[in-house]
Amino acid sequence: MSSDKEELEVSIWRGDDAGGAFEDYKVPAQDSQTVLDVVSWVQQNTDPTLSYRYACRVGMCGSCAMMVNGVPRWTCRTHVKKVLDGKKVTVAPLRNLPVIKDLATDMDPFFDKWVKAGGVHHPSKTRDDPIEPINPKSIARSEADTGIECINCSVCYAACDTVTGNADYLGPAALQRAWTLYNDAKDADQQTILDAVSGNGGCHNCHSQGSCTLFCPNELNPMKAIAGLKRATATSLFKRKK
Amino acid sequence: MIRPHRSHPLWFAFILHRLSGLGLALFLPAHFYLLSLALTAPESLDGYLALAENPLVKVAEFGLVFLLAVHFFGGLRLMAMEWLPWSGRQKSLAAGAVAAAFLVSGTFFLQAV
Repeated sequence: MSSDKEELEVSIWRGDDAGGAFEDYKVPAQDSQTVLDVVSWVQQNTDPTLSYRYACRVGMCGSCAMMVNGVPRWTCRTHVKKVLDGKKVTVAPLRNLPVIKDLATDMDPFFDKWVKAGGVHHPSKTRDDPIEPINPKSIARSEADTGIECINCSVCYAACDTVTGNADYLGPAALQRAWTLYNDAKDADQQTILDAVSGNGGCHNCHSQGSCTLFCPNELNPMKAIAGLKRATATSLFKRKK
Repeated sequence: MIRPHRSHPLWFAFILHRLSGLGLALFLPAHFYLLSLALTAPESLDGYLALAENPLVKVAEFGLVFLLAVHFFGGLRLMAMEWLPWSGRQKSLAAGAVAAAFLVSGTFFLQAV
């Protein structure tokens, strides 16, 4: 139990794309307080001009990711007690994305890359065809299932140094999406996916640092998906189908 | 200072692999130059080879063999990761690569002294 008098020392990055700096705030500590609760408290009680983004508050929508003490996290599901450094916590906008204002980043580049990575469904049937039965236990379906719970929070994208170094790199989330589609029996155009992920900013840029997998809040494994894409693109050189 | 998002085993495995590669790349020209002395200036080569008895050079050689071994085993891990069916034990494999490199370079060092 924490008493009402206990206060957290919170540093929040304030600014926009032109620049900014950390500002310090005192926030009363509460039980079961999340990092998002802390940020909300500052906006509601200290400075109403603080900008940040959230929606569902239960870890489903993927809007509230921020850098907490230098690592990317979903703030609505991060208990502040678990990340406190003494009484201090720093909150900053996600890395690798342009800042709109304060803690809100422009996620357009992140989503644009989903499309660039071939992340749209390529239908194999029309609405007039009967629904194709899929064996949920097949190897390809099991592989696709490991990546479909992505909530597009961009935590992996912010954790990735390869994204930092190469603005064209598609990033872990988009490549993992491509991998799930590649393994989807209902997707008709695997070669288009492989072509999309093997260009300049494609899967072969990955240095396997593993930060994406380490920080993914849903415990997905983009590093594994990207390794799968590397293998698939390389083997497709030798035979032009899966 | 290593930034917090990099502070985990597989990132260290990444940086170790890159730095060992860089170290070996810097060493190679010196290595080839010294070997070329066998043809161009054998007396001068003997002078350099005598240096190998210096304890500091022995330690440096240990470092060199470690770089070579850790780059070799780390590279095998990456190739296995990208070409073989996925293994979830990447951290253990990276640690194993460092351990194997210490074994090889340590054995080399004990043989040399």
